[in-house]
Amino acid sequence: MITIGDQLPEKVVLIDRAMLKSYADASGDQNPIHQNEEFALSVGLPNVIAHGMLTMALVGKYLTDWSGGSASVREFGARFIKPVIVPGGEKVDLTINGTVTEVIGNHVKIDLVATSAGVKVLGMAKAVVVKNELQ
Amino acid sequence: MLAPDSVGRTFAGAEIISISQPEIDAFAAVLGESDTTFAPPTFTIRITLAQFQNILTKPEIGLDWSRLVHGDQKFEIFSPIKAGDLLNCSATIETYRIAAGNEILTVRSDLHRGPELVVSSWSTLVVRA
Repeated sequence: MITIGDQLPEKVVLIDRAMLKSYADASGDQNPIHQNEEFALSVGLPNVIAHGMLTMALVGKYLTDWSGGSASVREFGARFIKPVIVPGGEKVDLTINGTVTEVIGNHVKIDLVATSAGVKVLGMAKAVVVKNELQ
Repeated sequence: MLAPDSVGRTFAGAEIISISQPEIDAFAAVLGESDTTFAPPTFTIRITLAQFQNILTKPEIGLDWSRLVHGDQKFEIFSPIKAGDLLNCSATIETYRIAAGNEILTVRSDLHRGPELVVSSWSTLVVRA
């Protein structure tokens, strides 16, 4: 039984430069702010930053692990409010939590929170998933 | 600066985009997803952002892609994407405004599999002053 207020289990994903390179290749987004430290600094960023869409994709994986696979998402949105900063040679955290906010039939609305180094990186992160066991 | 008459315009996709299993596998692998029967929910950004870049940087539209920041993103998925899908991607510039010298636009992408709308998505893009 899933009810409003239920918490999804917290998950911590580690992000490093190698993951940014893999995501750049897989997504086609080769913007140098996600790979080249010198370039990132030259445009006023504190360091190389993760693609906002990588952050969102990792939160999507968190969702689909809970809801039952990649095909279960109906709506998914987020605002990119702060970057995930990825210094060379380090692994930084993406810490993800979710709360059930509505259940209609087998559709479940989830509010998501994602932080890195204690800073909230996504705003208004929400999803609607189909949870088949509720059928 | 964006050409004012481009707001509200829909740009039809010029070609059919064929989705392959290796590109779904590569995207899923980054996320640690081993089941690639369907693409992860944000996979279509791969198609959509490339399409937006093609359209918005045309000389008659005039957006400076090098100063672009992704502000927010939303997906509505009516039918999940899988290998073998043949998709057409159209893009519509829905809103445009200037705030503190930044250009802020919302662009919508509609992906069709034949006549069927499979994914709509909205991107807020910010061109920094």
